[in-house]
Amino acid sequence: MIRRLQRRLDTGLQLYRQLIHTSLAAMLQYRVALLIWLIGQVLAPVIYLVVWSTVSVASGGSVGGYTSGDFAAYYLALMIVGHLTYTWIMYEYDYRVREGTLSASLLRPLHPIHGDIADNLGSKAMSAPFILAVAFGLGLIFQPTFTFVPWAAVAFVPVIGLAFVLRFFVEWTLAQAAFWTTRVSAINQLYFLAMLFFAGELAPLSLMPPAVQTIAALLPFRWMISFPIELLLGKLTPQQTLTGVAAQLVWIGLSYALLRVVWRRGLRQYSAVGA
Amino acid sequence: MPQEYNPAMPPAILAQQLTKVYTVAEREAGLAASMRSLVRRRTEDVRAVDGISFELAPGEVVGFLGPNGAGKTTTLKMLSGLLHPTDGQLAVLGFTPSKRDKAYLRQITLVMGQRNQLVWDIPAIDSFELNRAIYRLPANDYQRTLSELTELLELGPLLKKPVRNLSLGERMKCEIAAALLHRPQVVFLDEPTIGLDVTMQRRIRAFLAEYNRRSEATILLTSHYMADVEALCRRVIVIHHGRLLFDGDLSTLVDRFTSHKTIVVQLETCPEKLEGYGEVLSCEDGLVTLQVPKAETPRTTARLLADLPVIDLTVEDPPIEEVIERVFNQEAA
Repeated sequence: MIRRLQRRLDTGLQLYRQLIHTSLAAMLQYRVALLIWLIGQVLAPVIYLVVWSTVSVASGGSVGGYTSGDFAAYYLALMIVGHLTYTWIMYEYDYRVREGTLSASLLRPLHPIHGDIADNLGSKAMSAPFILAVAFGLGLIFQPTFTFVPWAAVAFVPVIGLAFVLRFFVEWTLAQAAFWTTRVSAINQLYFLAMLFFAGELAPLSLMPPAVQTIAALLPFRWMISFPIELLLGKLTPQQTLTGVAAQLVWIGLSYALLRVVWRRGLRQYSAVGA
Repeated sequence: MPQEYNPAMPPAILAQQLTKVYTVAEREAGLAASMRSLVRRRTEDVRAVDGISFELAPGEVVGFLGPNGAGKTTTLKMLSGLLHPTDGQLAVLGFTPSKRDKAYLRQITLVMGQRNQLVWDIPAIDSFELNRAIYRLPANDYQRTLSELTELLELGPLLKKPVRNLSLGERMKCEIAAALLHRPQVVFLDEPTIGLDVTMQRRIRAFLAEYNRRSEATILLTSHYMADVEALCRRVIVIHHGRLLFDGDLSTLVDRFTSHKTIVVQLETCPEKLEGYGEVLSCEDGLVTLQVPKAETPRTTARLLADLPVIDLTVEDPPIEEVIERVFNQEAA
């Protein structure tokens, strides 16, 4: 029993190693594009950071209790969290459906989701050092203020992992829309807006109007972005952290169930219309 | 060698009344039509495959013929589990393809001329390695198959180049190798030689024959090149408008759909009067091509030999392309 489990684990690891190897090899063919994309990833939080710092200085040192140092800490953390949880599947999937590369992967005895997981793990392993270095460098310039809490830093590791899993499941599920419509960009826009307002990408959720905060509490988005940031910046109690992890797990469970249903229906749709 | 059909053996592929109906959104051009389609979308049912039945014995190589839009690719996609049949029964190696059972997918392959298994930006060998992991091929088996494929398809110098730098023919060879690394028992080939030059076509043909011989795989292939079919398939299945037109030996097909034979006679010079023997298609430097009704071929041949100073004489069937064209046209009429 244990031996069989071990063997499955071994072949699984071997498979993932090969998948990651392949995706890295393909990615490295486009080093310049990769660099430009990374710079884009860095740029958005920096712009927010500069804007809000300026606003806070102009309004006498702080906005809603956030000093420019607080903003610096928030957006640098956002840069890291955003990068570690980012996926591009929603932008790629409809190409796969239209161009038939999905058909090629459906012929293989492996669920296509594994390739996507490997792509993400590989690209993150490669670009995370870059993002961390940039965040550190920007930290020297913008002087973030935050409390370093050792247990929170440790807890951040599983929490960011769960945040990635949640975001990946949600975005992979939404990507399946490509089976039903040729206008996935509208859905992507809507999702992008939801992330902006309810995940804490535009501004810290605590600065948002109460109505937005109430809605955000009911939606999964804050558990992908805002929650790990708050934890990293030492703003959460152990109790709040555990509640947050529980919320992450519940949303992961729900999104996984949804993913399975949507994938099965999507495949049926795909094969009805013409793969 | 293609295996004989043996009713005692369970078929590798069994299709009964296989049907596929696509629901296609229909929209006229223009803004008004676009607006209307927002409210109520008009759809039309297209019967791409309309109740076809056939069986393939294990190890058989069968040519699947039909003009564009006949339903060949749709059928291959149903066989490989990409499409769910709308109706009818389908069993391949005892599996229902649309369930996409992993054990099933491990034993089949589908090569589509235009679609790629290979990752575009990296060398083919890396894609092969990926397939080794996905199909969980033991290292020994993988190495043996790989060196066999490398030898048969002459892949040696191609394996380490990024796929995007390969020519169409080179890429196709690599695609075929990638699709066969796991030694599938059933191979579906959709236009495996499309866009390739004659030498490359011939090489791929020879390779497929050899693969069939060595691994006793069942092969169903479509091709627009009749030379592929003649070289590989004793038996052909012809479909048109989603219906089965013919299923049997290629020679029977030729026999049934040709009313004429061609007699080529080498004479000293072109004689004046040849009309009595048949329709003269051409005469150049004494080389006469005559078309005669099939039934009269023996008599005409005898007369030619008796009446004229014949240097050489051959009797030929019309080119297979012509026969196939006639089959399709006859159905259309």
